[in-house]
Amino acid sequence: MACFLVPAAEAVATTIATKVMKSKEGNPDTVKVQLDGAELVEAEKIPFSRKLGWLNKLLWGGSSLLAFEHVWHGEIVPWFPFLTAASNPASAAEMLHEMSTAGITMSVLVTAVWGCMLVVSSVIEKRAQKALPTES
Amino acid sequence: MTLLTTVFAAVICTVIWYKGAPKSDMKVGVLCWMYWGASLMWLVDAIFEYAELHAEYFTPAPADMLNDFYLGLSVVALGLVIWLIILLVKDPKGVVKAALFRKKN
Repeated sequence: MACFLVPAAEAVATTIATKVMKSKEGNPDTVKVQLDGAELVEAEKIPFSRKLGWLNKLLWGGSSLLAFEHVWHGEIVPWFPFLTAASNPASAAEMLHEMSTAGITMSVLVTAVWGCMLVVSSVIEKRAQKALPTES
Repeated sequence: MTLLTTVFAAVICTVIWYKGAPKSDMKVGVLCWMYWGASLMWLVDAIFEYAELHAEYFTPAPADMLNDFYLGLSVVALGLVIWLIILLVKDPKGVVKAALFRKKN
């Protein structure tokens, strides 16, 4: 009905947060790592705003394709009120129920997957720095 | 069927991205994010539908399956169109710019 609106709203919030964070971030940390397993190179750690960008892309991408599905099923129309379910109180209540169940679960799952990605990327970053040969 | 189609698209795009990484000349990452985001959201839809229909969820009518597959393919096509627009606008290889400007001899 309109479950995609919840992740889309989250996408708006995270996009604003990313822009604010990007403007406040200083120079990225520089570390020495073996990127191709052979030579030691100086590399910049990616800032948190870029990692938040991953969540933006997941949310925007997912909700835009889901919006298309709703157009396909005739649930979004090009005239007011744009959502067919919003035209009468009974279906509007059903739509709000779907948004509060499926919509919120979608947002939570996407955010949880992004959280897992953060954990995995942090482990990879730490492992890459630990694997460095000791300088003598 | 829509979920399955999108998951296959996401997996294929991720493999293509990994093969070309760390270069991102073709911006395949955009497709990966889009298809994975949609796959996760449709997974939630599928879970809610399964909770309602139980085992019946796995035995859809052929017409419904065909319609869902058609929708899945259309979603993949729309994703490709969005990716193409982003690729041409961002123009990481400078191809569009090179087509618009000619070097003066």
